[in-house]
Amino acid sequence: MSTHSHAEEHHITSNKTYIVVWAALMVMTAITVYVSYINFGTFNIVIALVVASIKASIVALYFMHLKFEDSITWVFALFPLSLLALLIGMTITDTFTRTIVP
Amino acid sequence: MANHTIAHNVYVPFLEKKGILSWILTTDHKRIGILYLISISFFFLVAGVFALLLRYELLTPASDFVQPHTYNVLFTLHGSIMVFFFIVPGLAASFGNFLIPLMIGAPDVAFPKLNLGSYWIYLLGTVIVLIALAKPADTGWTFYTPYSATTDTDVVLITLGVFVLGFSSILTGLNFIVTIHKMRAPGMTWHRLPLFIWASYATAVLQLLATPVVGITLLLLITERTLGVGFFDPAKGGDPVLFQNFFWFYSHPAVYIMIIPAMGVISEIIPVFARKPIFGYKAIAYSSLGIAFISFLVWAHHMFTSGISDIAATIFSFLTFLVAIPTAIKVFNWTATLYKGSIHLHSAMLYALAFVFLFTIGGLTGLFLGALAADIHLHDTYFVVAHMHYVMIGGTVMGFFGALHFWYPKWFGRMFNETVAKIAWFFIFIGFNVTFFPQFFLGVQGMPRRYATYPAEFESLMSLSTYGSWILGAGIIIMTVNLIAGLINGEKAPQNPYGSLSLEWQVPSPPPLENFEEIPHVTDWSYGYGKKK
Ligand code: HEM
Ligand SMILES: [Cu+2]
Repeated sequence: MSTHSHAEEHHITSNKTYIVVWAALMVMTAITVYVSYINFGTFNIVIALVVASIKASIVALYFMHLKFEDSITWVFALFPLSLLALLIGMTITDTFTRTIVP
Repeated sequence: MANHTIAHNVYVPFLEKKGILSWILTTDHKRIGILYLISISFFFLVAGVFALLLRYELLTPASDFVQPHTYNVLFTLHGSIMVFFFIVPGLAASFGNFLIPLMIGAPDVAFPKLNLGSYWIYLLGTVIVLIALAKPADTGWTFYTPYSATTDTDVVLITLGVFVLGFSSILTGLNFIVTIHKMRAPGMTWHRLPLFIWASYATAVLQLLATPVVGITLLLLITERTLGVGFFDPAKGGDPVLFQNFFWFYSHPAVYIMIIPAMGVISEIIPVFARKPIFGYKAIAYSSLGIAFISFLVWAHHMFTSGISDIAATIFSFLTFLVAIPTAIKVFNWTATLYKGSIHLHSAMLYALAFVFLFTIGGLTGLFLGALAADIHLHDTYFVVAHMHYVMIGGTVMGFFGALHFWYPKWFGRMFNETVAKIAWFFIFIGFNVTFFPQFFLGVQGMPRRYATYPAEFESLMSLSTYGSWILGAGIIIMTVNLIAGLINGEKAPQNPYGSLSLEWQVPSPPPLENFEEIPHVTDWSYGYGKKK
């Protein structure tokens, strides 16, 4: 689409930033793999998910340019996360409060 | 705008170009709308034939016309085709495509090629489902586990088809959201937008945000069936109710994907034929967004008897009642618009009035079902069947037929026979009620849904319902023939036969290729009827 308003500036990210972000992603991948070999019990999942969320965030922020977008784009990017929380939260409300009938 | 060089009074209707390529490669939103319109209407008629077969089986208590397994296949196909091929793309893809750019004063949607892509993805999905007919599924349109994980019919292919159809829906939603944000003509502020646009916007948000969930859910089911991963099978550590949680997280919002565009249509038709400004513009506009949002909070009202916890059931029952508020806001505002209006009973208006009446019955019976105690009795009975058909036929399909009769002259540049249209409406209205009203009683008396046979005591109401389906079918045939006849030898349509103030009526019928000779400057909303000039 070519109707971007002129007011919006086109931000140019330097190659250096991209490489740093890429390196960070690689380091975190290594951490995920490494941690999976150590037994932290339930915390294995927690660690894996936290690392994955950080990775997803920096991909969105830098590779997908979210950091330089206007507020409406942020709304559209963040709102689905609240729905995801809703889906998981309300489903868990069911599973954790079920009475088991033998 | 590229058309400054074209001489000003050369009018090329968008239907001018002929030939198959001008259709299958078109990026014109009006033509893509027609492609959808033909496809969804075709599938509506096909699934309608399945419905008549189902009702014919139910004419007598015994299973004498088809085998029970065939019956299961028939209601699965009826439901899946009606839901995923017809009513979900439905008004949004057909009339949404045609109207959104015209109503906001734009030459096309934001991403015309993506728009064509959505249509081809839709077709691909339908083809996959057609291939699945070699060994048709018998799960019902809801594909509930554990049965869907174990039946030896072809569940994988049909759900894969639905998965693909989902992408069409997502991309259409994305396209419309960007179009409405970025392509409005100068002066077309949010609060001047026609209400159909507000409705389309709310629908698009739902399409974009809810559809991925059903896609993933069906993918999980496919993984379970093909690779044996235990998502839903308790023996492998899964949870069959989890499927229902995920499925309805999409499918409850999906019922609003079906109905909100129809509500938008009604908000356009009523003021024109009541010659009054729409009452409560902002309330109607924001209640569309309100419905869209609340629809994410109520999904487990489909699962009260599935073994979810009492606490969850209570919360969801409470939240379900909230949906009634924005819905009622709309009904009250339409009624207030009619009040002291100068009402003209054009066929489109008849459909709009039928919508208000029938949808109210549908919505109110939804409250019975949302009440926890009542639902324990009514769940999976004909009461639910009656409820869903009052909202989906009484609501969405009436809105669809209303839209067809209302925008027909604009879209095709022809008129249909109004008297025949009214006769068809009459058959449809009577036939619909004779078919589905008895089902409320059947349900309360305990007749379960999805059975090919039933106890003899239900025979009189069951056969009455079947007779009704014949009247309804006759009405739809009359309507279809009338609309097709109009295309062939109907009178030429004037630019604005009903004196509407909305932008789409200010261009010739059918609209020119790029819609507007010059992008209009909008100075007012489009509902200023009945004011002295
Ligand atoms: C006031 C608004 C509404 C309320 C409170 C409501 C409530 C409900 C409830 C509680 C059920 C589950 C009943 C059961 O299975 O025991 C249900 C089923 C259903 N509703 Fe609604 N509903 C509303 C509007 C709609 C609309 C607008 C549509 C579609 C256009 C719709 C379509 C359906 C369908 C298709 C089912 C049956 C699904 C199935 O099991 O196959 N409803 N409704
Ligand atoms: Cu629901």
